[in-house]
Amino acid sequence: MGLLTPVLPATVGVVDGIVFVVGAALVLGGAFGVVLARNPVHAALMLVTTLFGVAVLFIEEGANFLAAVQVIVYAGAIVVLFLFVIMFLGVDRLENLAEEPLPVQRPLAVVLAVLGLGGLVALGVEGHWAVGAHTVVAPVVGRSGGDVAALGRAIFTTYLFPFEITAALLVIAVVGAVVLSRRPGAGRALPPGRGEAPAELAPESDARLDAELDIDMEEAPR
Amino acid sequence: MSVPGDWFLTLAAVLFTVGALGLLVRRNVLVMLMCVELMLNAANLTLVTFSRMLNDIGGQVLVFFVLVVAAAEVVVGLGLVVAIFRRKANATADDLHILKG
Repeated sequence: MGLLTPVLPATVGVVDGIVFVVGAALVLGGAFGVVLARNPVHAALMLVTTLFGVAVLFIEEGANFLAAVQVIVYAGAIVVLFLFVIMFLGVDRLENLAEEPLPVQRPLAVVLAVLGLGGLVALGVEGHWAVGAHTVVAPVVGRSGGDVAALGRAIFTTYLFPFEITAALLVIAVVGAVVLSRRPGAGRALPPGRGEAPAELAPESDARLDAELDIDMEEAPR
Repeated sequence: MSVPGDWFLTLAAVLFTVGALGLLVRRNVLVMLMCVELMLNAANLTLVTFSRMLNDIGGQVLVFFVLVVAAAEVVVGLGLVVAIFRRKANATADDLHILKG
């Protein structure tokens, strides 16, 4: 296997090898950063590193359109959504990773992960990594327009029906998000100025509001 | 000559394993969702590599659909997280035993 040889094989160009090593370092460094970061914001930024590294590897493999989409959709939209929720909920405080409620959880998780990795790599080596028919849908290389034109042709001809289904899926996801994040009882008429409080928190927040009002009234005459 | 596909597949296997490890170890729901994203990216890398090795655009089309599904999954997952945090101030995965029978 090429991975097991200590130096680059003669068939791999120097630039390709360097790009792969840099991309792999970005991917793995970011992945371990996500798992080990104590602060959720740092984990999200490490996730950006991983996603960017994957985009670099996509370009190395000739998937230019997917690399652009990876940066725009994943690093641009999804991570921003993560950061927005982290800061919206105010959970950007440090997490104590030394705390371990289930005693055997971590050793067992490491053992399972190593077993899974060993199984995957053994399966790949045993199965000669990629077997099957070549060029069933359409070739990636060799036609005009490159990978963008090939991808567009495949999506809007062979895969037109799944593409339409994704539109329905996105609409369902948007509706689901709206329903989930709707406050219970938001449809009812609420007194003006009190509509912001969630129903189950209303008594507590009313008490807090009254306390603040009292303080204001006490401080006002001075 | 380009980098052989088995390097990419091994890297994707390692990335998937790290994501799975994080999902098993971490208790913050948001970080667990990020680890799911890591695993999805490992699968995407595998699909693009197969697409190149077999010279078939179908793998890249599948990555396109995985991107859409990942976006929908994140939207719904974060909506659930926001709904949970609205009821509990500090929700790790251990606190979410409401569904326990």
